[in-house]
Amino acid sequence: MKESLLDILCCPLDKGELELEVIRENDDEILEGRLVCVECGEEYPIEDGIPNLLPPDMRDEAAA
Amino acid sequence: MKLAERRGMATVYEPAEDSRLLATVALDRIGGGRVLEVGVGSGYVASRIDAETSATVVGCDINPEACRRARSEGIETVRSNLTRPFAADSFDTVVFNPPYLPTPPDEEWDDPLEHALSGGEDGRRVVRPFLADLGRVLRPDGRAYLLVSSLTDIDAVVELAEGTGLRTAEAGDASFPFERLVVLEITHMNS
Repeated sequence: MKESLLDILCCPLDKGELELEVIRENDDEILEGRLVCVECGEEYPIEDGIPNLLPPDMRDEAAA
Repeated sequence: MKLAERRGMATVYEPAEDSRLLATVALDRIGGGRVLEVGVGSGYVASRIDAETSATVVGCDINPEACRRARSEGIETVRSNLTRPFAADSFDTVVFNPPYLPTPPDEEWDDPLEHALSGGEDGRRVVRPFLADLGRVLRPDGRAYLLVSSLTDIDAVVELAEGTGLRTAEAGDASFPFERLVVLEITHMNS
């Protein structure tokens, strides 16, 4: 994901702002990292360039 | 025959007549700005908007395979439950070709494609929560394009939208032997 995407993302639970923690990036975008809600502290992983912003109770369900 | 068999055993919904109708209607009306495609799937509609307009396109999907596929097509993609992780007033345009086929509970099957096709018993299982949150992410003068089928009861979808303070108008349609597909243009009631 590009860092600019952060402007339009929020925590799906409480709509709090998200803070970006980068683990791996290239010139264009963040490939691995975390988005952390400044309100509730919930962490959302970024894997292979895709942020997973499903709420925790949906994150581990089968594919769909 | 089950829907998954009819569509082949893929795990991501492939573009069909409904996708093409939605793309055609949306492309005619998108001037620019920021566009979200909910249920981006194969990325067909999002890629066309990206290629044929000046808009910035973001896609989201609940299915991780669809997210990877759309990203590989060059679409910025977020894994999400509908519009829940997007900030208020973020989009000039939202497009969605939802799962809408009415499916009796005993015919539900358990794989990602079921989620891409089945709209539950009344066909509105996914449309309902989508409309409930749409007004929050749509800018005051924003427009959404939602594909609905006569199989899903178009009037009932219109009523759901109106119940959340949104206004609808038919922006395009196509008729097939067993259903009529309609693209609803949805705006804020007071826009």
